[in-house]
Amino acid sequence: MSGNVYVYIVVMAAVTYLIRALPLTLIRRPIKSQFLRSFLYYVPFATLSVMTFPAILSATSSPWSGLAGFLTAAVLSWKKKGLIFVSLTACAVVFVLELVLV
Amino acid sequence: MESKGAFFKRGMKDGIPICLGYLAVSFSFGIMALKTGLSTFQAVLMSLLNLTSAGQFASLSVITAAGSYVEMALSQLIINLRYCLMSCSLSQKMDPQAPFYHRFFVAYGNTDEVFALSSSVKGYVSPFYSYGIILVAVAGWTMGTLLGAVAGSVLPARVLSALGIALYAMFIAIIIPPAKESRVLQALILSAMVLSTAFTHAPVLRDISGGIQVIILTVAVAAAAACLAPVKEDVR
Repeated sequence: MSGNVYVYIVVMAAVTYLIRALPLTLIRRPIKSQFLRSFLYYVPFATLSVMTFPAILSATSSPWSGLAGFLTAAVLSWKKKGLIFVSLTACAVVFVLELVLV
Repeated sequence: MESKGAFFKRGMKDGIPICLGYLAVSFSFGIMALKTGLSTFQAVLMSLLNLTSAGQFASLSVITAAGSYVEMALSQLIINLRYCLMSCSLSQKMDPQAPFYHRFFVAYGNTDEVFALSSSVKGYVSPFYSYGIILVAVAGWTMGTLLGAVAGSVLPARVLSALGIALYAMFIAIIIPPAKESRVLQALILSAMVLSTAFTHAPVLRDISGGIQVIILTVAVAAAAACLAPVKEDVR
């Protein structure tokens, strides 16, 4: 380490905050373009899908428990179970499966 | 119309999976930060001010390599640029009538997970709902960092591993229910996951940094969907 850690932290925080704050504060009015509106409507689904898979397979100690957690969450969400229930059940499945696997 | 307090409480409740997931991830961050040579205070401060997992982990390598401040700024820009897309999307979810200053505070907490929850709200999202989520998320993120830094061995590896899936499971619980009634969303989710798998493994593509991959794929998939299936009216 050579640089000052506090300066590093402030630089990081400033960059990250600006990335988050600029669009939110500069785009104040509802966007009219149907294409852009549709695009922004689809963004969360696209980005969450991309971030979830295949990363979920390496989120736990074994790809198999990750896959089991993924399938558990997918089936329970399809049945419209609540957020917390889905999340905790997936954790529980991973935990139990890894008692055997790992 | 729910009161501000009711929105806030609901945000805190819905934020519980985020809190748990963050505890696990930031716990490992706390351990790594101390190994890198940061003090406990510095690690917690970094978590409190940045609230971003990939960015913080990457910063540790820049610090270890004694990179310049410019290098630090650029690496954060590339890794975290996806938040820009999310903030654009969120800008349309916030009530244009709500006081403007809320946007400066909500921006601080617009992480992947907070954004995910805010997007799942029908209609405009109340800033107080976001504040509720952000409060428990920040609590989990900083407490986890602190615990990891001072007591790296307090949580068994098995528990950490199991909690590691909490956030992904939450993402799934957010994107799948609306997809049940929409063929377009089903196709979108499936193709996004297939493409993302291709980008993770295919030669050349896999060399693109993770942060950029997320942006390229999000833009491509969302733009394709917007062309092929434009959203009719106010389905926010």
